[in-house]
Amino acid sequence: MRAGETNRHLTGWLLASPLTLVLILFLVLPIVMIVVVSFWQATEFSIVPAFSWENYDFLFGSPVTYRVFGNTIKYALIVWAFTLGIGFTVAYFLAFHVRTQTWQIALFLLCTIPFWTSNIIRMISWIPFLGRNGLANSALISAGITDEPLDWLLYSDFSVILAFVHLYTLFMVVPIFNTMMRIDKSLIEAAYDGGASGFQTLTNVIIPLCKPGIMIGTIFVVTLVMGDFVTVRFMSGSQSANVGRLIQNDIALLQYPSASATAVVLLITVLMVIGILLRFVDIRKEL
Amino acid sequence: MTTKKLSRRGLLKGAAAAGAASAFPAPMIWAQNIKDVTLRQFGTGVSNLNEVGQKVKEDLGFTLEMTALDSDAVTQRAATQPGSFDIADIEYWICKKVWPTGNLQAMDVSKIKNYDKIVGIFKDGKLTPESTIAQGTAPHTVGFTDGPDGTTFASEQTNWMTLIPTIYNADTLGIRPDLIGRPIETWAELLNPEFKGKASILDISSIGIMDAAMVCESMGEIAYGDKGNMTREEIDKTMAIFTEAKKAGQFRAFWKTFDESVNLMASGEVVIQSMWSPAITAVKSRGIDCVYQPLKEGYRSWGGGIGLSKNLSGLELDAAYEYINWYLDGWVGGFLMRQGYYSAVPETSKNYMSENEWGYWFEGKEATDTITNPFGDAMAKAGETRDGGSFEERMGSVACWNAVMDENQYMVRKWNEFISA
Repeated sequence: MRAGETNRHLTGWLLASPLTLVLILFLVLPIVMIVVVSFWQATEFSIVPAFSWENYDFLFGSPVTYRVFGNTIKYALIVWAFTLGIGFTVAYFLAFHVRTQTWQIALFLLCTIPFWTSNIIRMISWIPFLGRNGLANSALISAGITDEPLDWLLYSDFSVILAFVHLYTLFMVVPIFNTMMRIDKSLIEAAYDGGASGFQTLTNVIIPLCKPGIMIGTIFVVTLVMGDFVTVRFMSGSQSANVGRLIQNDIALLQYPSASATAVVLLITVLMVIGILLRFVDIRKEL
Repeated sequence: MTTKKLSRRGLLKGAAAAGAASAFPAPMIWAQNIKDVTLRQFGTGVSNLNEVGQKVKEDLGFTLEMTALDSDAVTQRAATQPGSFDIADIEYWICKKVWPTGNLQAMDVSKIKNYDKIVGIFKDGKLTPESTIAQGTAPHTVGFTDGPDGTTFASEQTNWMTLIPTIYNADTLGIRPDLIGRPIETWAELLNPEFKGKASILDISSIGIMDAAMVCESMGEIAYGDKGNMTREEIDKTMAIFTEAKKAGQFRAFWKTFDESVNLMASGEVVIQSMWSPAITAVKSRGIDCVYQPLKEGYRSWGGGIGLSKNLSGLELDAAYEYINWYLDGWVGGFLMRQGYYSAVPETSKNYMSENEWGYWFEGKEATDTITNPFGDAMAKAGETRDGGSFEERMGSVACWNAVMDENQYMVRKWNEFISA
């Protein structure tokens, strides 16, 4: 009996250890390293191990930091609002308007087709489309909507947000669709029987039941947008900056400690955002 | 370094070769052994071309391994990993940062065959005796050191060179004459409101700041002591002018890579921007009119050279000198000049170029026939002349050399503010 128990303990530890090891090696250690390096100092050629608050001093003392973090959060909020609106609508259509499962699966797969090409290609293909002599502008001009090509279509916040929404909406669709499919249809029937209008059913039954899906989608979108640097660089023509670009610039100039410090602050910000989000919904319970 | 240990057999061979060499004046007494030598060269993409490596194998017999990196990585590697390379192909302003670390060894000028034919820019700083020396890190100021172990730069020519010059050029603004429709003569045009939303500048701080300074100076806004070594106040003023222009929507985009600059220009998003010479050619090769516009204030120039690692000695060092002499002997020069760059020893390069090519690229004459680059792409049609004219006209009006400033880190921070403004 006693031997059996030790055995069970041992098996438990052994079963858990591979994942623990992988996480320690590839997640915990790198993050610890980043935190450590963020206190080091850098000269033009070398990185000096030290314990100094200089990187953080500079980071928090510079107006650029606040502007750039503000910009990053602005992108995240706007992109979140759009992806949520579009994602929820698409998922709602798939879950409640498409009757047969075959069609549901077929249409769902259709949504994923753009993901068969790389992220970067999907993003860059917007550039010739939105350009001054691009398809969008020539269509607008030939339709007589504008006389002059619209400059703000490309290399602007508009194009950055457009690309983000295009890239990340599916991350909203999938989890919301997933939770919607698990809503017991009889609940909706009960709502109708009870005299609720379609809108009341939506706000009182469907949305509350979809919260975990919305939350998972939100976490995906917010973290992806806040950590991005490529989309912002290409779609804004390097004219806007977010935190990712700040880090990228530092790395290009070999200022690893300062890049680490920025990364640590970004990590904390994102964790705080997720922490707040999780206060609204207990994902564990709802799943 | 992969030299085989000398075996008895190898020694005998060497002795035999030496015997042969004394009988017939063969080029190298170590011809047998040199095949085993591998030299590792790294540098920026401009001159680190595989064709050069292949030709070295053909002509000299040893192997040249090339690694291309961006200029930040090049600087770091030269400064921090001396064991990782044998030959550093770096720019002169990088040399200014790297030489004091002692990772490179001085080169004995008496072993450089064509030293006398190297253009004056790299020796006394003067293209012709009347030339004035431009601002910035002029190559001759960091081209010499006091002795074999010198870590400081000599103020005049000595017997010890830090870098052997290889490639250089003069940069200016690129324009789309078909979309601008009037002559462009000064750097100040970059911030002319006429081109609002149609201008661009490169987002590489060390070079971008120089272009910005050329513009501010020509606008008459700032008089710089030395554009290559600005004071904090000068940096602040320059960035303030550019930030204001950026906020007013002057710039369409900033570019960081060669391809981006080509696409911006070719698509017509931008009609005036800082540009590199091969990018102009790439735009032209799409059948789009594009000019590398000479401007009255002059050019922003850059130059590169090869330096030897401190760790080179013996046979490898001999091979490296052999490589340097071969480099200056003309084949590489011709290869580079047919792409629009200049060679440090133009007169030897002439032997490897047709009269038409020499006339077009170097003398600024009309092409008598189609000009093609070494890769077979047409660069100019008969009757065209090179933008900016001859070698003397272009290199004679350099206003500033690429440089590294004392206030480099401050400048970088200010540049980041400008980008995020």
